[in-house]
Amino acid sequence: MRKSRSAQLIAGALAGALVLAGCSGAGETSTNPAAPAADSSTGVTKDSVVIGTHQPLTGPAAPGYSKISVGARAVYSYINDAGGINGRKIDYKVEDDGYNPTKTVEVVKKLVLQEKVFAIVGGLGTPTHSKVVDYLNTEGVPDLLVSSGALAWDDPKKSPMTFGYQVDYTREGKIQGKYIKENFAGKKVGYFTQNDDVGRDTQKGLDQFLTEQTVSKQGYDSANTDVTPQLSALKAAGAEVVVCECVPAFTALSILAAAKIGYKPQFVVSSIGADPTTLSGLLQDFAKRSGASVSSAQLLSGLVGTGYLPDVGLIDDPWVKFFKDIHDKYIPAEPLTNTVMYGMVQAYTFSQALKAAGPDLTRQKLVDAMTSGSLKGPGLTPFGFSKDSHSGYTGAYVFQINPDTTTKILQPPAVTDRATGAITPYSGERLTPEQVNLTAK
Amino acid sequence: MSVRTQISDDVLPSTAGPVRRKRSLPPLIVHLLWAVLGLALVILLTLVTDPFTNLRMATVGYYLIAVAGLALLTGFNGQISLGHGAFMFIGAYTVALLVIHVPTFPLWLDLVLAAVASGVAGALAGAAAARLKGPYLAGATLALAVGLPALTQRFPDFLGGSNGLNFTVNSTPDGLVGVVPPTRWQTWVVWLTVLIALVLLANLIRGRIGRSFRAVRDDEVSAALAGIHIGRTKILAFLVSAVCGGLAGGLQAFLLGTAAPGSFTVALSLSLLAAVVLGGLGSIWGALWGAIALVYFQAWSEDFADVLHLSTNVANNLPLAVYGVILIFVILVFPHGIQGGIQRLRALRGRSKRSEGES
Repeated sequence: MRKSRSAQLIAGALAGALVLAGCSGAGETSTNPAAPAADSSTGVTKDSVVIGTHQPLTGPAAPGYSKISVGARAVYSYINDAGGINGRKIDYKVEDDGYNPTKTVEVVKKLVLQEKVFAIVGGLGTPTHSKVVDYLNTEGVPDLLVSSGALAWDDPKKSPMTFGYQVDYTREGKIQGKYIKENFAGKKVGYFTQNDDVGRDTQKGLDQFLTEQTVSKQGYDSANTDVTPQLSALKAAGAEVVVCECVPAFTALSILAAAKIGYKPQFVVSSIGADPTTLSGLLQDFAKRSGASVSSAQLLSGLVGTGYLPDVGLIDDPWVKFFKDIHDKYIPAEPLTNTVMYGMVQAYTFSQALKAAGPDLTRQKLVDAMTSGSLKGPGLTPFGFSKDSHSGYTGAYVFQINPDTTTKILQPPAVTDRATGAITPYSGERLTPEQVNLTAK
Repeated sequence: MSVRTQISDDVLPSTAGPVRRKRSLPPLIVHLLWAVLGLALVILLTLVTDPFTNLRMATVGYYLIAVAGLALLTGFNGQISLGHGAFMFIGAYTVALLVIHVPTFPLWLDLVLAAVASGVAGALAGAAAARLKGPYLAGATLALAVGLPALTQRFPDFLGGSNGLNFTVNSTPDGLVGVVPPTRWQTWVVWLTVLIALVLLANLIRGRIGRSFRAVRDDEVSAALAGIHIGRTKILAFLVSAVCGGLAGGLQAFLLGTAAPGSFTVALSLSLLAAVVLGGLGSIWGALWGAIALVYFQAWSEDFADVLHLSTNVANNLPLAVYGVILIFVILVFPHGIQGGIQRLRALRGRSKRSEGES
C-alpha cells in the first residue's frame, strides 16, 4: 500500500512537471515567433556557397529520379570549373531521404543545422517536401525550385521563401484535359493517379474538360507496386484513354500491367512520368525481374505526354546541345535522359538566380532575384515568378513517343493559370545559352 | 536453457534478499534517481553539442522507448511482434490529429492520449495475439504493420492520404522562446517523457507483474498452476508494449511535425526488432544500446560512404549492409546482445579480481 501511494505521488508530481512544460496548447501558434533573419548569408564565404537538396536516391521513387541530382551536379561542376558564380564555387550537398517524409525532415534539418546551407534547391517530392516548408520558412532558408508540381509551393504570403519549378499539376491537367477533349472526342476516359497532391491537383485541371467523358477514377499508393487491380478496373469500365499521373516507376508498371491483361488504351502521361529513355530502361528492368522480356519501344510507341523542357532528342535545340556538351564532359557514363536534363536545367536556373542576386549575397537578395521575373532560359514556357506568384513553369507542350522512342511535338507550348482561365498558345522569345552567358564575369 | 539459468539468478537474490533489501533504497527511488541522473546527463550533453546532434539525441530518445517496449514484450514475455511500427503509427497520428483539430490541448495531454489510443489498439491486438504462437504470431503482427498505414488511403481527407499530415507543434514556453533553441527544448521534452515512461516500465518489470510476465515466458503450464492468468498476462504485456510504441510515435510526430504513412513501413518494425536483439533481449539498458545503434550506425555508415566517394548504388545500400554485418557479429560474439556482452565482461572481471584476492 505504501508503495502504491508513493508511486501515485510521484506520478502526480511528474505529470505536474509535464503540465508546466507544456501549458500552452500544442497546436496554437506561438505569440512571439522568432523573426527569420533574411539578410543572413549563412553558408556563403568569399569563394564558395553551400547549397543542399533532399532526393530519393533509394526507395520507391528512386528509379528515374535518383538521376536528377547527377545532372545537377554536372552543371555545378561545369560552373565551378568556369570560375563559379560571382567568384563563388557552388558546394552541392545531396542527402538521400528515400522518399520517406520522416527522413526528409531529418536530412533537411541536418542540411540547415549541421551543413549550414545557404539555400535548399530542388527538394524532391510532394509528401516529402511539404513536411519541411514550414520549417524552412520559419528559419528563413530560401527553398527554391521544388521538384514537384503541387500547388502548395506557390503561396508567397505564407511561404515567402518557397518557389516552385516544374509546371504545376493543375495547369498540366488543364492542358492535358483540353487536348484529350479536342483530339479524343467522345472516347471514354479513365484516370490513374497517385493518391496525393499529384492526383488531387491534376484532377482539378482534368475535370474542367473531361467530366462527361470520364468513366473510372483509380489511384495508387507508391508503397504498393501491384497496379493490376486498378488497370483491370479501368479495362472493365471500358476506358479507351488512360490519363496516367504517375511517377516513372508507376507509368512503367501500369504499361506492363495493361499489357499483361491484354488492355491497349491510349496512355496520356504527365511530365513527371513521361520521359521515354527513363521509361524504356524501367520497362526492361521490371520485365526482366518478373522473368519476361519486352520490347519497350513497342510498348511506348504512341504514348502521349506533356513537357515544358526541351526533349533530349531535339539535338538541334541550342540548350539541348549546350547541356549535352556538359553531359559528355562530366557524366559521360550516365545516359542522357530528360530526367537528367531536368536536374541540369534546375541547377542552371538556380545559378542564374544566384548570379542575379549579386556579389554581396544574402538570402533576401536571392529571393528578390527569384521574384524579379528576370529568369529566362532553357524552358519552353516561361516561369510565373513575381511578387505575387511563386509558381514555376506556367505551361506545357504535348508530345507523342515515336516507334523508335524519339518524340514528336503534337501541340506547341501553351500557357495557362492555376484556376479556370483560358489556355493560350505561348510564343514568347527564348534566350540562347550564348545570350544568357552565365559564366561570364 | 540459458534463459532459465538467468531466471534463477534473478530469483535467488530476491528470495535471500529481505535482510539486504532493508538497507538498500526501494526500487522506485533507485529508478527515479537513475532517471534524474539520465535527464541531467542529457541536458548537459545538449548544452555542449550543436542543434543537429540534439536532434539525433532526441531521435535516440523516442526509439529507446519503442525498443524498450518491444524488449518487454519479446524479452520478458516471450511474444514476438513484427508490427510495432503500427503502434508508432497510431501514436503519431493521434498527436497529429489532436494538434490539428484540438489545438488548445497541451502537448502532455496529446502524448497521454496517444499512449491511450495505442494502448487500446495493443489490447485488441494482444487479445488476438495471446492465442497465437511463433510464426503465426509473427505473421499476425506483420499484417498489422502492413495493413494499418493503408488506413490513410481509405480516409484521405481525414488522414491526408500518402501525403500524411503536417503541422507545427508549439511547445516552447513563451518565456523561453529565443533563450533555448527549439531543437534543444524538444530534446529535453522527448527525454523527460521517455525517462518517466522508463521509470514506470522498470518498476513494472521489477514488480509482481514483471515476475508473472517472466513466469509465462518460461513455462505457461507451471505459471498457470501458480495461479497466473496466462491470457490476461499476455494481453497486458502487449498493451504495455503498445503504449511504449505509441508514445514513441507521438514523440516522433512532436519532434518532426509530421505523420505520414511512408514513415511507418515494415522496415521500421523490423529494424525495431533488430535493435532489441542487437541491444540485448530483456533489458532496458539493452534497449538503449539498440536505439543508439539504430540511429548512429546508419549516420556513421552514411558519412563513411560519403568520405569514400562510393558510387550511389553502393553508398545507398552500405548502411543496411553495415547494420546487418554488425548484427551478425554481435549475435555471434555476444548471443545476449550488447548488454549481455557487457554483463559477461563484467562477470569475467569480477571473477579475475576474486581469484587475485584468493591467491
